[in-house]
Amino acid sequence: MKYVVLLKQVYDTETKITLDANGTISNSGITLIMNPYDEYAVEEALRLKEKGEGEVTVVSAGGQQVQDALRQALAMGADKAVLVDSEGADLDEYATAIILAKAIENIGFDVILGGFRAIDDGSAQVAGRVAEILKVPVVNVITKLEVEGSQATATREIEGGSEVVEVSLPAVFTAQKGLNEPRYPSMKGIMKAKKKPMDKKTLADLGLDNDQIAARVKPISFSLPEARKAGRVIPGEPGQAAAELAKLLREEAKVI
Amino acid sequence: MDFSLSDEMRDMKRTIRDFVDNEVEPCAMQIEEEDHIPQHLIDQAKEMGLFGMSIPEQYGGLGLNMVEKCLLLEELGRANMSFTTYIGAHTGIGTTGIVELANEELKQKYLPGLASGEKLGAFALTEPDSGSDATNMKTSAVLKGDKWILNGMKHFITNAPEAEVFTVIAVTDKEKGARGGFTAFVVEKDSPGFSIGTIERKMGLRGSHTSEVIFEDCEVPKENVLGIEGKGYSSALRILSKGRVALGARCVGACDKLVELSAKYAQQRVQFGQPIASFQAIQWMLAEMATDTEAARALTYRVAWMVDQGLPVLKEGPMVKLFASEALGRVVDKAVQVHGGMGYMKEFPVERFYRDARLTRIYEGTNEIQRMVIAARLLKELQI
Ligand SMILES: Cc1cc2nc3c(=O)[nH]c(=O)nc-3n(C[C@H](O)[C@H](O)[C@H](O)COP(=O)(O)OP(=O)(O)OC[C@H]3O[C@@H](n4cnc5c(N)ncnc54)[C@H](O)[C@@H]3O)c2cc1C
Repeated sequence: MKYVVLLKQVYDTETKITLDANGTISNSGITLIMNPYDEYAVEEALRLKEKGEGEVTVVSAGGQQVQDALRQALAMGADKAVLVDSEGADLDEYATAIILAKAIENIGFDVILGGFRAIDDGSAQVAGRVAEILKVPVVNVITKLEVEGSQATATREIEGGSEVVEVSLPAVFTAQKGLNEPRYPSMKGIMKAKKKPMDKKTLADLGLDNDQIAARVKPISFSLPEARKAGRVIPGEPGQAAAELAKLLREEAKVI
Repeated sequence: MDFSLSDEMRDMKRTIRDFVDNEVEPCAMQIEEEDHIPQHLIDQAKEMGLFGMSIPEQYGGLGLNMVEKCLLLEELGRANMSFTTYIGAHTGIGTTGIVELANEELKQKYLPGLASGEKLGAFALTEPDSGSDATNMKTSAVLKGDKWILNGMKHFITNAPEAEVFTVIAVTDKEKGARGGFTAFVVEKDSPGFSIGTIERKMGLRGSHTSEVIFEDCEVPKENVLGIEGKGYSSALRILSKGRVALGARCVGACDKLVELSAKYAQQRVQFGQPIASFQAIQWMLAEMATDTEAARALTYRVAWMVDQGLPVLKEGPMVKLFASEALGRVVDKAVQVHGGMGYMKEFPVERFYRDARLTRIYEGTNEIQRMVIAARLLKELQI
């Protein structure tokens, strides 16, 4: 069984995002992590593999720094990693999916897993697009997955409840929180990760050129949320103050 | 001098930090109240391989050198100090004797179980009448046939209630005493005549248990001698001396955590209409805390590096224990002060650190004893 996990490196949730002089997100002083939803995907692939047999490959597109996130997956137990160097190109979901699908075709696949969205841009498109290019079904936001031969049964979240679906492999699944509890890599796993294959590919290796991955969607500007304003204290007798508060909530804040 | 870390060490540090911050820290209050470390935390630490930090790879451990071990212990030092002690006493004094002194059979027999954490190790030297003065110990071991028969009592033994494998120092020749009359043994908790006595009620370190260990005609196989018979005193010193650098690293981690907590609190807490971090009095405390932390770190890694080079650290090892534990003492005292009344309240972690940190100046050789050793060595080196 071949398990492939789509993996993205994102800004750490604790990192303070700032904009540089050009209005783009500054890369100085930020820390990067594996997209948390992708951690569920890696964990699920490992658990499926450990139940039977097979190979888990993690795939990503991006710069060389993405190796850190791939290495984490290897340390958790994945067998090999493939990194397609995007050579500094601005990738949108369309371009990313083309690159990943090409890489996955070369690896071979039965089960493809990814996080249902990345916590940075949150667009939740890439896994679906990859499925489309590879012409395989996709099951989104799963919280349970069972594989039996060439069939899979997945539980997915729907509004107000859950749905159990059956799908034939190969297929793409996207992970929702609750799918599993990702393991911490063991220290030995970290030591072994260094010796596992990290296959670095160029776009040319995949037979792609810059035109084929020209982004269709381009960000025009970024802005930070407005800083929270200091609170206001309403002085006076409790009764009067409460009346004043109600008035302000209605007339100024317009919330009641 | 190159202070940069390999990818591997960075990954290990980050993993331990995540584990400590996301799993251990949320249980800190529970550990404090129940005086018990939840089993799932211990199991996770085992799976991560933390119990085998000081054991060579061929016996299932990680085979780290001292600098690497310190890098990991520093991250663990950020945790609840009882959790750190549970692991630290095992990877330090609890297993060092077997790693450094045991013959091949004993290593094969004990190290794999200790490396996986399946068995917990402890070190029993101290006795009621023999603390700083280890030469005054009374616990005796007499060879009868193919067994050593141990009699006596050790006290203040960390992890004893949970441990299965003990490194015990006992008197094998009363005449010779510490000079050729002490021997180190590996003793299993299931040995006939072995029992655990009173579990101490301590100032802090709740969750880590320290107790008496009682030997009543306790039978130990003849082959369980660690190192050379009669050399038990120097064995004990050797076991302790390695632990001193590791203890330094744990203190540095705790200092780091306290600096962070204090810097955050100082920016949030508003008095006189401004965050207290804007007052110079608070800034000076923060500056001194951070400086103490960095100085302790520099000394710890310098001496850890010396250990890895095989250089003697007879006075430098004690310097690390002395300086890092006293730096932690200063840092935690200021951390409480920065937090004001909140620093005295159990709902904030600094209160716990304040009690727990106090121990680092006492155990593994009091700081007075460290000073004595440093001075004795210094005067010998600089003898006129
Ligand atoms: C929580 C805890 C855990 C411990 N864990 C272990 C363990 O796992 N294994 C183990 O074997 N032991 C352990 N110990 C024992 C610890 O190492 C001893 O408590 C320590 O060595 C001091 O011995 P003492 O308590 O008998 O103090 P004492 O030796 O009675 O010292 C009392 C005071 O006198 C000072 N003093 C003593 N002699 C001199 C001197 N010559 N010059 C100047 N000052 C001197 C000391 O520094 C100290 O200030 C633990 C202790 C504690 C509190």
